[in-house]
Amino acid sequence: MMKKRRLIVLVLSISILAGTRLALTDTPAGPGLGKPAGEAEITQWDIGIMPDGEGLPPGKGTATEGQAIYEKSCVSCHGPQGLGDSADQLAGAKMGLASEYPEKTIGSYWPYATTLFDMIRRSMPMTAPGTLSNNEVYAVTAYLLFLNGIIEETKVIDAGNLAKIEMPNRNGFINIYELEKNK
Amino acid sequence: MSNRQDKRTELTLHAVAGNGLLDRRLFLKSGLGLGAAAMLTPVIKESKAASESAAIDATDIDLASPPWMHTPGEGFSTYGSPSEYESDVVRFPSPNRAVPGNGVSWTPLHLLEGTITPNGLHFERHHNGVPHINPLQHRLLIHGLVKNPSFFKVDDLLRYPMTSRICFVECGGNSNAGWNKAPIRSEAGYFHGLVSCSEWTGIPLTVLLEEVVPTNKAKWLIAEGADAFAMNISIPLEKATAEGMLALYQNGERIRPENGYPLRLILPGLEGVMNVKWLRRLKLTEVPIMARNETSRYTELLPDGKARMFTLDIEAKSLITSPSANMLLRQPGLYQITGLAWSGRGRITQVAVSADGGKSWADAELQEPVLSKAFTRFRIPWVWDGKRAILKSRATDETGYVQPERRQLVTERGRHGFFHYNAIVSWQVDELGAVSHVYDDEETTTDSPGTIDIDTGWD
Repeated sequence: MMKKRRLIVLVLSISILAGTRLALTDTPAGPGLGKPAGEAEITQWDIGIMPDGEGLPPGKGTATEGQAIYEKSCVSCHGPQGLGDSADQLAGAKMGLASEYPEKTIGSYWPYATTLFDMIRRSMPMTAPGTLSNNEVYAVTAYLLFLNGIIEETKVIDAGNLAKIEMPNRNGFINIYELEKNK
Repeated sequence: MSNRQDKRTELTLHAVAGNGLLDRRLFLKSGLGLGAAAMLTPVIKESKAASESAAIDATDIDLASPPWMHTPGEGFSTYGSPSEYESDVVRFPSPNRAVPGNGVSWTPLHLLEGTITPNGLHFERHHNGVPHINPLQHRLLIHGLVKNPSFFKVDDLLRYPMTSRICFVECGGNSNAGWNKAPIRSEAGYFHGLVSCSEWTGIPLTVLLEEVVPTNKAKWLIAEGADAFAMNISIPLEKATAEGMLALYQNGERIRPENGYPLRLILPGLEGVMNVKWLRRLKLTEVPIMARNETSRYTELLPDGKARMFTLDIEAKSLITSPSANMLLRQPGLYQITGLAWSGRGRITQVAVSADGGKSWADAELQEPVLSKAFTRFRIPWVWDGKRAILKSRATDETGYVQPERRQLVTERGRHGFFHYNAIVSWQVDELGAVSHVYDDEETTTDSPGTIDIDTGWD
């Protein structure tokens, strides 16, 4: 009993020092078996791209370069010009989002251009995910943005400008989590 | 015939709602003293032909002295399997046609009882297959807005203090065929079975987060799996730490490969995609990453063209699992209606059942224990008079939320939300006792039943 109380006091004081906001009353102390992760290792592991562009690697590509990669690695599932097949339609939406049969494509639906880089690099192509070089991912991203009429065919896409691209449906979403939290 | 009719008349004294629903306490031990009158009629779950051939098999042997009582049985096994006579009780896989590891497999809810899903029948949703992970070659990295970014080995995680929690996991896309104009014809589990319920055991997330010490700026947790999709998604930190755990065990044994071996997130009540399997990385951040599965997918388009995003909670839902679609009631008589109810917002407080298409309702008995964010089994006796009947169930949870009728859900959300379909389910029993999925009359269309008119594919 005494021991448990001392443990709780210890955990509480540690957390006060650390300034965390976690609820601690029921949290037993862990044995601390984690091994420190260095910055270089973390950089290798962290393949995520944030909406402000954080995490975007060096490299660049254009739609023209991307088309060749798309036709080799993507077309069999996503169809010519991203019109969709066994996988999502990516471009060429004719029916609006409020229509009877809405078409959700990158151009009509996706709110952030960074999502493209994040997903293509980590997940695509499905038969050999994670095998495209950073330049190839930038190029395919550029091609898909071009197919959706968002950038010019010759525009060079890189870490400096991808996050700045304004997606047509950027403001098309209602954040239900925030809405309910602020109720 | 007259004897049977007498029994039915006796039973109707206990009617609590229209078209034959009886007092939920009829089957309880303390009972209503009905004796022989309360003889249950079995619902035929497989085809009629199958049940008839089973009857023939029974005549092939001497039932009073069956052969297996006169020869030694089989020896021991290292890991048991279901009886060969239960080989129909299987998941129903529905893979993407080009990428066989992308898709779902459905839990046969209509063939199961109780509230715990057997591990081999827990539903699956994979984005690019089940990875083959040697736990010695797996690490969990926790980093980002923390003071002590750390790697954890699976062996070491197994030495942490653990807790157990019974809860359901439901895919956000479960039941999405309900958005079609015409009712789908699948069995209940192969339409609603992207939900399962298990006892999960693992490390409370707060324990590990205490060790890495989040900074004040940390508001979100980005989780990533070690599958070929490297599936990633953002979770509000306060939601993750409320009840979240790093699960290592499912129903007492180590989590199976298809459910996230060697470790996964379990976030009770939050939609399935957030319960990341094969967990390899947790990054604490100030804002969500806006991954594909929280922007392009797992968001719900509304009729006005706007879309709901971060719809994290699973709202209350229920369905009758027996009798349900494609089953057969062979004769009028007393039946037990049974089903499941669950809510991501807490405990189920009431399940009302209707046998007259929603005109009148009666409370079903809730099987104890009724646990927060877990399957709740409900049951109610019902006398079928041999005429057309529409069976429905309607769940209410402890927040007061009531499961909506389909009409109401479709009015509010349109038909192109794809995710979070939780409307009341209607089963029609026709004059021959055949059970089928129907919508309320006012929602019928010229589409014939089973017509798929919206995109319900898995990408």
